[in-house]
Amino acid sequence: MLNGEPVTVQETGDKMLVELYRRYAGNYPKFFKMDTLSRLGFIAAEILLGQPADQGQPQVQTVILANRSASIKNDTDYQATISDGKYYPSPALFVYTLPNIVTGEIAIRHHIQGETAFYILDKEEELAPIIHSTPFEAALTGWCECSKPNRFYAKLQIIWNN
Amino acid sequence: MVYCIGHNIISPLGEDTQSNVKAVQSGHSGLKIYTDRFADVEPFCASLFATPQQFVPLCTRCAETAIRQSGIQGDSNDVIFILSTTKGDNLDLLTPALSIARHFGNPNSPIVVSNACTSGVCAQITAKRLLEAGLYKHAVVIGCDIQTRFIVSGFQAFKALSPEPCLPFSPERKGLNLGEAAATIVYTAEPHEGWRLEAGSIHNDANHLSAPSRTGEGAFRCLQDVTEGIQPHSISLLGVHGTATSYNDAMETVALERAGLQNVPISALKPFYGHTMGAAGVLETIIGMQLVQKGTFIKMLSGFGGVNAAIQLRCE
Repeated sequence: MLNGEPVTVQETGDKMLVELYRRYAGNYPKFFKMDTLSRLGFIAAEILLGQPADQGQPQVQTVILANRSASIKNDTDYQATISDGKYYPSPALFVYTLPNIVTGEIAIRHHIQGETAFYILDKEEELAPIIHSTPFEAALTGWCECSKPNRFYAKLQIIWNN
Repeated sequence: MVYCIGHNIISPLGEDTQSNVKAVQSGHSGLKIYTDRFADVEPFCASLFATPQQFVPLCTRCAETAIRQSGIQGDSNDVIFILSTTKGDNLDLLTPALSIARHFGNPNSPIVVSNACTSGVCAQITAKRLLEAGLYKHAVVIGCDIQTRFIVSGFQAFKALSPEPCLPFSPERKGLNLGEAAATIVYTAEPHEGWRLEAGSIHNDANHLSAPSRTGEGAFRCLQDVTEGIQPHSISLLGVHGTATSYNDAMETVALERAGLQNVPISALKPFYGHTMGAAGVLETIIGMQLVQKGTFIKMLSGFGGVNAAIQLRCE
């Protein structure tokens, strides 16, 4: 859904994220290095920050995201590189074993040098008081979760403090 | 502004804040070479507990002392628990936080701050904001990480570990050492004498996921924010991150100079504790407050994801 309207996609799972990348971004090969959590947040940010801005609204310089399961899907992928007698720890996977990496990917892409933060919370509604007590002019905020392969959910929005 | 009314550290150097401060002042280090702690990993130098600790009991044991000292009631609706960790209890961050809050009978959902190495400073900033917004009266900020094969193998894959005790800001520095610890600070919104948290700031470099900006952009902006209106000579001590990796210490030097703080005394505690990750920001803030009896103390951190954070604390 984008601004309350459904977005039509052909693919499902990880392939859907690639489909959306080709539609909304397409010129950022680093996307293919990212784990699913980062791809998910990257695409959501790409779609939202690519929307025509209202006149006079400040640019987004703050990113505040949250979820329940941290970076567990990618953690499991990294774990597989050091398990079962096959010890070849992958630095490319290890870098994504922190949930705030998705906020870093978004910051790099959109030159955001304000606050970036990631919280682990039990329920989505627990993010609101954190956002409301954070000082910012315009923030990309919301829930960004990937708990298992092909299982993900993001609900992001831009908030302006006027 | 929020006020520090309790603190505690449990680390390989001691079971409470005072024993930790004494160990640091006597020059004791927790760093040792480990050759067979975890399967497959190469020998590494780290500060680890002699007996491997479990995450939740370590956190609750650490917090109990700080809460008792503060005089607050852990089971009160006015209290929020904030956990700073990067890897939690075997990769699970939420369940241990819920267990810790439940241990104290606290009715509020805890908050986990997972902002890489800056988490411990970010968690204190979160506490300050929630208390200042009037949402709670007191916050228990717990920073904790314990070392695992997962973490050590990853840092080795990154070639970020020094094979010997780390040397922050030395031209001979070879990388960082990992460490484990738990540290707790209790903050209150009610005016109290002693240390208070005056300001906090978080900025991203928007440059690289695993290496800091060469211009120290995010760290510089954080320092600029938290030292606004303060003369550098009135700052008693600045607690740097000082991981002893080539890039981090070079970046911090640039950021300090850009912020006009090159003549402020600095402390880097990694040669005593190693990099305690989620605990670092809380542990190193407590030690800083103890080393400075009166005046202004600044604590800065930087981490993966390009994020930087700094806080300003004052005691008059």
